[in-house]
Amino acid sequence: MIEVRFHGRGGQGAVTAAEILAKAAFEDGKYCQAFPFFGVERRGAPVMAFTRIDDKPIRRRYQVYKPDYVVVLDDGLLEVVDVFSGLKEGGKVIINTSNGVETTNGAEIHKVDATGIALDILGVPIVNTILLGAFAGVTGAVSIDAIIKIIKETFSGEIGEKNAKAAKLAYEAAKKG
Amino acid sequence: MVLKVMSANQAIAEAVKLANPNVIPVYPITPQTTISEYLAKFVADGEISAEYIRVESEHSAISAALGASGTGVRVFTATSSQGLALMHEIIFAAAGLRAPIVMADANRALSAPLSIWNDQQDSISERDSGWMQVYAENGQEALDSILIAYRVSEDHSVLLPSMVCIDGFILTHTVDPVDVPEKGDVDKFLPPYKPDHAYLDPKRPMSIGTFTDPNYYMEARHDMELALEGAKDVIANANAEFAEIFGRKYDFIEKYRSDDADTIIVAMGSICSTIKDVVDEHRDNGEKVGLVRVRVFRPFPTEEIYDAIKGASNVGVLDKNISFSVGGVLHNEINAKMDVKANGFIVGLGGRDIKPTHISEIIEKTKNTTKTTQWIGLNKEEL
Repeated sequence: MIEVRFHGRGGQGAVTAAEILAKAAFEDGKYCQAFPFFGVERRGAPVMAFTRIDDKPIRRRYQVYKPDYVVVLDDGLLEVVDVFSGLKEGGKVIINTSNGVETTNGAEIHKVDATGIALDILGVPIVNTILLGAFAGVTGAVSIDAIIKIIKETFSGEIGEKNAKAAKLAYEAAKKG
Repeated sequence: MVLKVMSANQAIAEAVKLANPNVIPVYPITPQTTISEYLAKFVADGEISAEYIRVESEHSAISAALGASGTGVRVFTATSSQGLALMHEIIFAAAGLRAPIVMADANRALSAPLSIWNDQQDSISERDSGWMQVYAENGQEALDSILIAYRVSEDHSVLLPSMVCIDGFILTHTVDPVDVPEKGDVDKFLPPYKPDHAYLDPKRPMSIGTFTDPNYYMEARHDMELALEGAKDVIANANAEFAEIFGRKYDFIEKYRSDDADTIIVAMGSICSTIKDVVDEHRDNGEKVGLVRVRVFRPFPTEEIYDAIKGASNVGVLDKNISFSVGGVLHNEINAKMDVKANGFIVGLGGRDIKPTHISEIIEKTKNTTKTTQWIGLNKEEL
């Protein structure tokens, strides 16, 4: 079973990202589960969301404490939340940042300037779909085709197309390393 | 069967669409809100022909539901926590007036302290109302339970409302694969509601909900008791027919590796999924551990639970509720109604996450049966 933890702030789309990842994994033929943990219900507050992916139906329903992968939508959270908590050995962390990030526990860190891509392509600093593209590229745990299909299902019309384009760009950048 | 990835709230809304109620009075409250949003959209898009009433409170939502049900039509509403508490007065009236309303409750802690997170105190606190209560383990069961609830509630020998309880966030906001049945199959299982005799119709005037003097009140309450007990046969038949049409078999309880178990855990709702994983781990270590999941809480399946647990040396009952100075409600009902000495465990109040280590701790503590109540998962530093 693959377990993923998303860290974001209320309104950034971490919960939607976790759901898109689950649906994309299902599209790939896997079983899936995604759920949020809200701190308080307001924009800007730290939020976690979780996705589980497996070859068989998933029963367990507690939070993810030992993730294989962590996705951080906002590097400002690094100062307030231990995003590395419980990360499995060999685990990977994908962070939206244009700054340097110090690793802990020897975690493999993948920096993505998702805000830059978002402003460029979407015109707004919404980074969730871009980080999903990067996630597909870095981990290979889900196909980029499935991610793009579910992004287009989730956001209709031009917004869906632009998000898909941004995700693909982040995917290709991640594949190059 | 086509599986779609959706939350239990969406699954409930899909079930309601399939059941096609005539009136939906609903007031939003976290974590039920997306149910009311999905239903509002279905109505706005013409996918349900129901009257969607935007009321000003939960007391009004259930009052409107009761009034609508009194005209002999199918009704749905949904709430959670404080909303259910605000409904309390009319919850009892709805059961007493024998209104076959179906309601979803997104299980959430009651204030104070104020909490939006999950436990089952809200619905458990309505246990004496005369409503039937089902606790779903997952989104699929949430959907299916709504359809079965209408079938049972509207049976002329029952005519009692049903509450389908789903754990807040743990189910309401968790997406996983769900099969949404075909409309044609649902129509076979759940034909349109035809009221028998007691309903409001200008062509045939009558009063419902009149003042009752001491000559009649006890008979009315006794009839409710008979109807709720009698509902067991109706539930069993509905479950059997549901399995025949949809291929999913539900029962009053679910036994998981409990037949030969020395130690049995009894619980309700979504936590049972995690418990099954932990039971498998203990079985792999050669320990005879099992789970009995109570699915139908009202009517209370005394015989089914007793048959399932009587062979075990140790029984531990999990409650996401507390009746202060008494303990967990399911625990105390099992000990009161059955010749067993079960241990009680209070868990997961106000969204405290229940981890596999907590379940293993409970299994260990259950092996020393003392019939006591213990709280699991408290922060040690705050004790």
